[in-house]
Amino acid sequence: MIDWKKYLLVFVITISLFLTAGYISSFFSNQKIDELRTIQDNLAINILSSETQFSLLQELSCKDVSQSLLLGEIDELGKKLEWSQSNLGNTEEVSYLKKYYSLLEIKDYLLMKKISSSCGVKSAFILYFYTTKDVCSDCSKESLVLGSLRDTYPDLRVYSFDYSTDLSAVEAMLKIYKIKDTELPALVLKDEVLTGFHNLEDLSSRVKEVFNLEERSTEATGSPKDVNSN
Amino acid sequence: MFDLTFYLLIFLSVYVQVFFFVTFLENRRKIVTRIANIKLKHYPAVTIAVPIFNEEKTVAQTINSILKLNYPKDKLKLILVDDGSTDKSFDVISRFARYPNIKILQKANGGKHTALNLALEHTDTEFFGGIDADSFAHPESLVRMLEYFERGPEIMAVAPSVTVHEPKNFIQHAQKTEYHMGIYFKKMLCFLDAINVTPGPMTIFRKKVFEDLGHYREGHNTEDMEIAYRMQKHGYRIENCNDAYVFTNTPSSVRKLFRQRLRWIYGFINNTIDYRDVLFRKKYGNFAFFTLPMGIISIISVCYLFFRIVYNFFDFLYLKITTWEAVGLHLSNNIKAPDLFFLNVNSYLLLVVFIYTLILFAIIFGRKMAKERRYLSLRMLYFFPVFGIVAPFWLLKAVYNTILTRKPDWR
Repeated sequence: MIDWKKYLLVFVITISLFLTAGYISSFFSNQKIDELRTIQDNLAINILSSETQFSLLQELSCKDVSQSLLLGEIDELGKKLEWSQSNLGNTEEVSYLKKYYSLLEIKDYLLMKKISSSCGVKSAFILYFYTTKDVCSDCSKESLVLGSLRDTYPDLRVYSFDYSTDLSAVEAMLKIYKIKDTELPALVLKDEVLTGFHNLEDLSSRVKEVFNLEERSTEATGSPKDVNSN
Repeated sequence: MFDLTFYLLIFLSVYVQVFFFVTFLENRRKIVTRIANIKLKHYPAVTIAVPIFNEEKTVAQTINSILKLNYPKDKLKLILVDDGSTDKSFDVISRFARYPNIKILQKANGGKHTALNLALEHTDTEFFGGIDADSFAHPESLVRMLEYFERGPEIMAVAPSVTVHEPKNFIQHAQKTEYHMGIYFKKMLCFLDAINVTPGPMTIFRKKVFEDLGHYREGHNTEDMEIAYRMQKHGYRIENCNDAYVFTNTPSSVRKLFRQRLRWIYGFINNTIDYRDVLFRKKYGNFAFFTLPMGIISIISVCYLFFRIVYNFFDFLYLKITTWEAVGLHLSNNIKAPDLFFLNVNSYLLLVVFIYTLILFAIIFGRKMAKERRYLSLRMLYFFPVFGIVAPFWLLKAVYNTILTRKPDWR
């Protein structure tokens, strides 16, 4: 009366569908990770090249060093990494790429710092520390504030670091600025450490004061960048 | 835990849809839609009962549709039962008193099952059927259904294909699509010998069913479901005649639809509870292993999905409020082309797309079975928002009412 074979067949088909769906999904995930890796590799080459260029020329030719270097790429990569972490699952691959990303950020930061001091270029860096390990709603809010701030001040460079990144270079940064996980989000504005949430008004006035930056004019055409959201 | 439940429910939903589709592939050649008039070897006497409660607007058309059936007049009897109507229904049906094959009965209101039972007491024919007083039979429907009984003495009831009569608004068009889908699923359940409703709009029974198993019961206001459960429990075969069309009036507003579906789902839950000893018992076949579990799975899935969507909605709202709190109404002038990178192709999304593809197939094939001129129509899409949004509410209310053992009104 009951066709058990059919129940079994349908079970096998359903399992196959699940496996196929899983396979397709992982295929796309891998493609995304490959895309990330390509962006990252290009970025690494560019940073390395700028670094080398700078070392070669030393202080002789500041005008040859491109100023608004790579900022867009770094931001885009950061966004994509954060998205991948929350949507593709925190795979080894993603956390590996994230470490690599943090390293590139640090390199870019150091290079820009060097350029600005050697060439006397006005610089505005914010180091931003957050966490993805624990629930940190203030971090999410702070990311939004920084994103908005970047829209207002196009010359502002924000480097964001995940506290939970297991990388000695990031740990060194944490040590230098004495960042504790209980005080996240934390911001570093020209050696001054700010902990906890700071709203847009507060941060905006501080940025203006510390870096003496100009607000974006309404006709500005350059593409504003958002800070990495976590 | 959250993900495990989700994947389990998706697995079961995919399983159900694949089961239907495999059944379709096995039996697709058996689905015949007849156009020409057919002739029976012999024409047995049939009694059709029309239980009426406040149906003054439609009952005359219902009776006329029965009188116009392509069936010998001397073999067709009609019993009109006025179940204590408070409108002019009785006056309307009294006009049919001059027909020799029509009997008119009047009683105090007691519910549809009592009206049908009164008609059964006055029935002396081999076959008996009921038709709702808001439904209209296709002229060939009866003869096509009776042809099924000629296929074997074990066939005890034949259910028709119910479709929507002249849909006028958005809600009714949405229901029309649902009924089309129902035509397909009902045929598949028929191949599995696992039909769980003998639709009130018009099902024909051998009178023996009622002699052996007893008359209609209240069945939580779904007597057409209870009798089907009882028949399945006793191994009485129910067939589906897919080319016997019955057109029914459908609720014209969300409120009315809600009340009707609440009654149906409440009926399903409570009849299933009443017949729980049937569940997963080998001797009751696919009815016990497929139809009933499928119904239970759908209720759980829809409720679960609903809570998940509500959760996601509030999560989204929370994010928006946080953004607003942090940066105010921050309108970025940074409008970029959408990056395909952020399209999340995860496996459950693919499986949900797969489920919807098979549902769409069911609707399109149902339209073909219902002899719709076009297999595709934009109105098909009305189904998804109406049933997607409102269905969780009547399901949850039915579950809630069951828990409180509170009965919904008839309509």
